[in-house]
Amino acid sequence: MSMTSLSGGAFSGQSSPWASRIAVAAVHFFLMVLFLQNTGADTWASIGGFLFIHLYSVLVLAYWSKMERTAAGDTLIVTLMLEYVVMVLLFWDDFRSWPWSTFFGLVMVQVVAFAAVTYWKELRQAPPTAWFGLIVIMLYIMIAATAPIIAPFGETEIVGSEYEEWGEEYLLGTDNLGRDMLTRIVYGARNTVGIAFVTTVLAFVIGGLCGLLAATMRGWTDEVMSRIVDILMAIPSLIFGLLLLTIFGTSVLSLIIVIALLDSTRVYRLARAVAMNVVVMEFVEAARLRGEGLWWIIRHEILPNIMPPLVAEFGLRFCFVFLFISALSFLGLGIQPPTADWGSMVRDNATLITFGEPTPLIPAGAIALLTVGVNFVVDWFLHKASGLKE
Amino acid sequence: MSTDSTTAEAGGDRKGEVILQMRGLRIEGRADEEWHEIVHGVDVVLRRGEVLGLIGESGAGKSTIGLAAMGFSRDGCRISGGTVMFDGVDLTKASDEELRRYHGSRIAYVAQSAAASFNPAHKLIDQYCEAPTQHGIQPRREAEAEAIDLYRRLQLPDPENIGFRYPHQVSGGQLQRAMTAMAMACRPDLIVFDEPTTALDVTTQIEVLSAIKGIVEQFDTAAIYITHDLAVVSQMADRIMVLRYGNLVEEGYTRQMIQDPQKDYTRDLLAVRSFRKPPINEENPEIPLVKVDNVTAAYGKLVVLKGVSMEIHKKRTVAVVGESGSGKSTTARVITGLLPPLEGEIQYDGQTLPRDYRKRNKDELRRLQMIYQMADTAINPRQRVADIIGRPLEFYLGLRGDEKEQRVRDLLEMIELDPDQFYARLPGELSGGQKQRVCIARALAAEPEMIICDEVTSALDQLVAEEILKLLQRLQDELGLAYMFITHDIATVRAIADEIYVMLQGEVVENGPKQDVLSPPHHEYTELLLSSVPEMDPDWLEGLLERRAAGTAPSLPGSGN
Repeated sequence: MSMTSLSGGAFSGQSSPWASRIAVAAVHFFLMVLFLQNTGADTWASIGGFLFIHLYSVLVLAYWSKMERTAAGDTLIVTLMLEYVVMVLLFWDDFRSWPWSTFFGLVMVQVVAFAAVTYWKELRQAPPTAWFGLIVIMLYIMIAATAPIIAPFGETEIVGSEYEEWGEEYLLGTDNLGRDMLTRIVYGARNTVGIAFVTTVLAFVIGGLCGLLAATMRGWTDEVMSRIVDILMAIPSLIFGLLLLTIFGTSVLSLIIVIALLDSTRVYRLARAVAMNVVVMEFVEAARLRGEGLWWIIRHEILPNIMPPLVAEFGLRFCFVFLFISALSFLGLGIQPPTADWGSMVRDNATLITFGEPTPLIPAGAIALLTVGVNFVVDWFLHKASGLKE
Repeated sequence: MSTDSTTAEAGGDRKGEVILQMRGLRIEGRADEEWHEIVHGVDVVLRRGEVLGLIGESGAGKSTIGLAAMGFSRDGCRISGGTVMFDGVDLTKASDEELRRYHGSRIAYVAQSAAASFNPAHKLIDQYCEAPTQHGIQPRREAEAEAIDLYRRLQLPDPENIGFRYPHQVSGGQLQRAMTAMAMACRPDLIVFDEPTTALDVTTQIEVLSAIKGIVEQFDTAAIYITHDLAVVSQMADRIMVLRYGNLVEEGYTRQMIQDPQKDYTRDLLAVRSFRKPPINEENPEIPLVKVDNVTAAYGKLVVLKGVSMEIHKKRTVAVVGESGSGKSTTARVITGLLPPLEGEIQYDGQTLPRDYRKRNKDELRRLQMIYQMADTAINPRQRVADIIGRPLEFYLGLRGDEKEQRVRDLLEMIELDPDQFYARLPGELSGGQKQRVCIARALAAEPEMIICDEVTSALDQLVAEEILKLLQRLQDELGLAYMFITHDIATVRAIADEIYVMLQGEVVENGPKQDVLSPPHHEYTELLLSSVPEMDPDWLEGLLERRAAGTAPSLPGSGN
């Protein structure tokens, strides 16, 4: 444990959690300032440096302070967010040249880093498949977050002639309109994954909430909501999706809402079923007899007990939504050009297949890789939550 | 090699050869990714025709040892040392193939919950026939004939046809006997009984005990009988081993041990149930705290309470006794308002309470608290002890912050748990008795006037149960609470009750102060309940069965006896 030795010296001994939080934040801040002064506005070095410093400080805190892991993670996220604000003000000239999305990306990277350190103990015991999945997901998040920095060209910029070969200038060649393939894939991560993520969250908010309400209230509420869901589920979702998108147009907003609504029916079913098992438990009866309100019962008694299946479902549902969007894009009703999207990229470049070119397979592979990665993580999570040994 | 172990003096049936010998048995369990030893080198010797009782509180390792006698260990456990010699073969070294040959044919197992151990999709007799036909001992037709014979010997009603029912179509006691029949199917040399009567009512327990005892004697089978009830094991076993924390505490012949225990722990086990609440001589006040007035209630169309009336006074413990299905818990549900009655009403301090709990106000809810049988399901596994106990404080009394924390700590102290140690724990980090204490603290946090205790001790070991009873009694003395104590265990009633209501099939058949109800003349059903409580006397079961056969003691109508 090199970290434990690192953390010795001045900070050793019994300090209060707050003292250690402030101490680590101060050291962290000092390092960042030092780093930025030396590297200037070089974005690549800054991102690498940021990541390193973050990971280092969280690791120190996690190993050295005796405070609860989650509490450590939570506080640091808050402290460091504040720190960002201060730093942006201090180094305004350097930061001004970065796009806003990059800051958002950095925050995401930081959250992931914190999560990793906070749950280090669990992670260390994770099987290699789960590690693979986690690394893939993190990679995607980083690429999506920092797309404008990573991508060599602009998203919709036409840089060469059509279908150029792989080479020095265009690493993965160009597409049917002469746009750089690598750039499109990097931006595609942002669009496809981002929209899928937002859609899944929305589906869970709608479906999960309704399912919980139905399970807790029973009676007419349950009856009415369940029948509506039955009707929605009776229609094949792809065809229904196509129909609705044809009616409401293919803007990103309507795409998100339509898919979220369709998928929320599945989430509703699951949430209702698992909540039903918890609702009959005596601790829920005890809460009711205490006179607790509906929202409190859902929030405190039921939700924490059904989180594992819901989180697992979130992973799976994310994949389904992702594939659904790609399928819609392939059919021409998904994310509309010129926005880069993996599904439509496969379709646009499909002709290359006939010439034995692997280029169209790359966006397809990107979809496949993320799906596999998410599923590995979900499998691991389910295994852990089910309490199975070996 | 016929034995008459019931009358034989200790040591009288040692002629049998050794069938099972475990030497220096060590078993490890896996927790937090590490192996911990849970059985620390136990020696067990069992001869043909002998019944060995394993007794101890939960976590003593008795079930683990029982399973190890079959060369088997549960998931997450492993036999790490010692030998298990069964008829000359070391089962710890036997392959799975060999073990499978032994299991079911030469070694059989009877589990605690028959309902969970039978496959609900197959008829009893089909499940019976599986082992003998699989092991190639008998063809199906012969096996069926024998099953019927065994059902008869086990005193099951209608032995010709009962096998053609599904598990859910027979009662718990009958199912437990059907499982014993199944274990007997291949005439095994050894049967392991793992708490076969713990989940049953006292009246049903008698039937199962006498059936098991009879059949083991008839076939001269060696048996290991696992239980936490010394009174039960003294009826069944020739020899008893007392276990604690995976170690042997004491071993001896039943009579010897009951009469002259050597170790303190054994003495504690024997002295259990000696707790008695002193009788109260004051008159009850005019107005009862809770009055159940001629209540009739039903689940759907099924009427479960027929004109039940009860009075519960301040600072009194009212015990409601009866077997499962008698309407005890339903009465509690009606009082709390979970099941609105069809007729009749509930009065609190002379005021009529709304029938439905949702129409009662916060204060009415606060004054009436409930403690459940299964502490496991009664507290949210995702909330910490501080939150569980703190919520009623916040909800009813509006306490916040430090004030709340201080009160939670006071309550933890009151239920005899160290606040520093338990304040932030999750229920998963508590033992069964500790969980029940947390439930009690949650009820107390509301500062109630009455607590309904629904079988609060039946899921606990006897020593732990007694401590809970003492705690409840102390709290009553200090806080002046009224208790409604629902139980099927007369021993608990003897310990804690002031007044008793005996219920049968949704009606109160007898009620009155404890000394009146517990002394003759009794209602016939009360007598049956009273006589069914096992006593620490190895001859008690024999005597009772003889008296029942002679008609001088009541027996269950239509129970198949």
